[in-house]
Amino acid sequence: MFEYAPAPESRAIVDIKPSYGLFINGEWVEPLGEGREKTVNPASEEVLAEIAVASEADVDRAVQAARKAFTGWSAMPGSERAKYIFRIARIIQERARELAVLESLDNGKPIRESRDVDLPLVAAHFFYYAGWADKLSYAGFGPSPQPLGVAGQIIPWNFPLLMLAWKIAPALACGNTVVLKPAETTPLTALAFAEICRQADLPPGVVNIVTGAGETGGALVRHPDVDKVAFTGSTEVGRLIARSVAGSRKKVTLELGGKAANIVFEDAALDQAVEGIVNGIFFNQGHVCCAGSRLLVQESVADELLEALKRRLSTLRLGDPLDKNTDIGAINSAAQLAKIRELSEAGEAEGAERWSPACPIPDKGFWFPPTIFTGVAQSHRIAREEIFGPVLSVLTFRTPAEAIEKANNTPYGLSAGVWTEKGSLMLWMASRLRAGVVWSNTFNKFDPTSPFGGYKESGYGREGGRHGLEAYLAL
Amino acid sequence: MSERLAVRKTYKLFIGGAFPRSESGRSYVVSSSKGEFLANASKASRKDAREAVAAARKAFPGWSAATAYNRGQILYRVAEMLEGRRSQFVAELVDADGVGVRKAGELVDAAVDRLVWYAGWSDKIGAIRGSANPVAGPYFNLSSTEPTGVVAVVAPEAGPLLGLVSVIAPVIVTGNTCVVVASERAPLPSITLAEVLATSDLPGGVVNILTGSAAEIAPWLAGHMDVNAIDLTGADGELAVTCEEAAAENLKRVLRPPAAKVDWLADPGTERMTAFLETKTVWHPIGT
Repeated sequence: MFEYAPAPESRAIVDIKPSYGLFINGEWVEPLGEGREKTVNPASEEVLAEIAVASEADVDRAVQAARKAFTGWSAMPGSERAKYIFRIARIIQERARELAVLESLDNGKPIRESRDVDLPLVAAHFFYYAGWADKLSYAGFGPSPQPLGVAGQIIPWNFPLLMLAWKIAPALACGNTVVLKPAETTPLTALAFAEICRQADLPPGVVNIVTGAGETGGALVRHPDVDKVAFTGSTEVGRLIARSVAGSRKKVTLELGGKAANIVFEDAALDQAVEGIVNGIFFNQGHVCCAGSRLLVQESVADELLEALKRRLSTLRLGDPLDKNTDIGAINSAAQLAKIRELSEAGEAEGAERWSPACPIPDKGFWFPPTIFTGVAQSHRIAREEIFGPVLSVLTFRTPAEAIEKANNTPYGLSAGVWTEKGSLMLWMASRLRAGVVWSNTFNKFDPTSPFGGYKESGYGREGGRHGLEAYLAL
Repeated sequence: MSERLAVRKTYKLFIGGAFPRSESGRSYVVSSSKGEFLANASKASRKDAREAVAAARKAFPGWSAATAYNRGQILYRVAEMLEGRRSQFVAELVDADGVGVRKAGELVDAAVDRLVWYAGWSDKIGAIRGSANPVAGPYFNLSSTEPTGVVAVVAPEAGPLLGLVSVIAPVIVTGNTCVVVASERAPLPSITLAEVLATSDLPGGVVNILTGSAAEIAPWLAGHMDVNAIDLTGADGELAVTCEEAAAENLKRVLRPPAAKVDWLADPGTERMTAFLETKTVWHPIGT
């Protein structure tokens, strides 16, 4: 193994204020309530900033601002709306390094990921949907598709700015205005995005950012003047949202949890499969709703594959997210770390065998080593529940039919992976997997032109592509 | 010579391709629009609903894997069988719906035409709803439609034939299977329609029809964990809210009741198909 010298990205590029208000109607305003929370760097537990907790009255102010802005924004020619969104895309590209560092500081993800995956995709997403704004009548939703109104959007902490882009870009392109609530542990890039809206001269009220936790989100979902609810997060909260909009005319899209099977056949290119398995479950510390958290490997190659996988895991570098050599960053919060620990302990208690490479853990911050469980049964909690951490459960199969049976044996249906060199087998598998995204001989690939979203309890609606417009149009 | 006494039909449920009575042994009186006794219809229970869901689930793998061409032909066959029973349905609609013979004829014709229209969609909806996506990388990237699964359908109270056909056809043409709660007031045409379905090469269990109280049965279907979606077209007010709340438990796709009264004779659009379709996106690297 090579020795690596530290190669930290400088954090001097970011300017974090000691405290933030709410971004309503194009202005920074103080919250009406007393609530304040701190956002910390999960790699050091250092407090980064104090964040306002928006109350119901604050959410109401934001929705009113969005409602007022809707009249002008929706009536604006699509070509003009497009230019605002293009501007936003360009400013994101200009400030990409700063935003990547800010994201890694607040979220704990390696700078290599925020720099090379998150930020390029964020800019691309705005660029893609900007182009739709003046072409909606060609999108296949009728000659004159109309926006819905005010969109209430709630996003998770695993890809803070990317999820913001997935929500805001199509909403604005279709002529809606938005009130967005970032996750309470990762609000900083959304607050930086508010500044970007100002730099782009976006009309006040078109984008409003309210920070806070579940109660703020609940107030946004329940607000009677919200026409559209878009949520990415846990299936548990998704259920609450689906219940609370019952009987209303609010349009809802939900992108929820997953327990994806990553299926490796004996004829697969095993070295590539190993890279795909690592990317599938250890990318972003496994904080990925579509993570390949269940490895299904054909019995005949299970030993060989596991050996190669363990060898590869031994080379992963865990540590400072700002270090450009880092593969595995920090777990986003103490609460998430506790959940990963609890489920891993359940894995051991239920009889699965646990393995992690030798992996020094920093003294401060929230960390969990890459972990593999073998001898996992389908009934084990680690095979059924979403862990949302760097923990892989390994199961085996003999026939394609058994692989399908096991892969689909979950209430989730977000994604799946298939590794084989045989085209007909790949397509046979792809057609039988009950999942919204199937990656074959690759994993965790995203693109603004490509629809993403789940089957079953992984939610409904699609984000990305032409399909993603439907969520923001009255049909 | 005395007039011959007619042989009446016993109206039962339609589950898994068979016509069982309700396991509960219950029935209820169905009257014509003028208040005359027409028949005793089966009053389905919660257990009947569960049997129907099991039948629909069992039929799903085969029906969803059938070729689109095959599904289209079978829907067209349903139209042929319905056409052949035109006079029977006209008579039933006159009794059930209080419409005149002429209007009833129009409604039956429209139901036949609606089936033909949807039959043709079987191998076309994928072309207008799928896409080849130009991703920024060396990947083949294709999105295609797939059926959602088992769909519970609360059929409209009004429109015992045309309304019923208009909610069933779009659900099954794309490969879903369904459990339908028929119009409570006018359930008899639904069971006669079941006889049409049973003789149209439609595999048993693809369509299951329950008669009885929607308020009693629909919430069980809405809360059933093996139902993937629910069409609340015929559920009004409180019932629709109750069902939508129950549907949240396993995140069913919900088609809410229409905001305005539906004109079943109008162009239906594609919404009733797309509400019960999933989009699957497949990625594969391109390389040598």
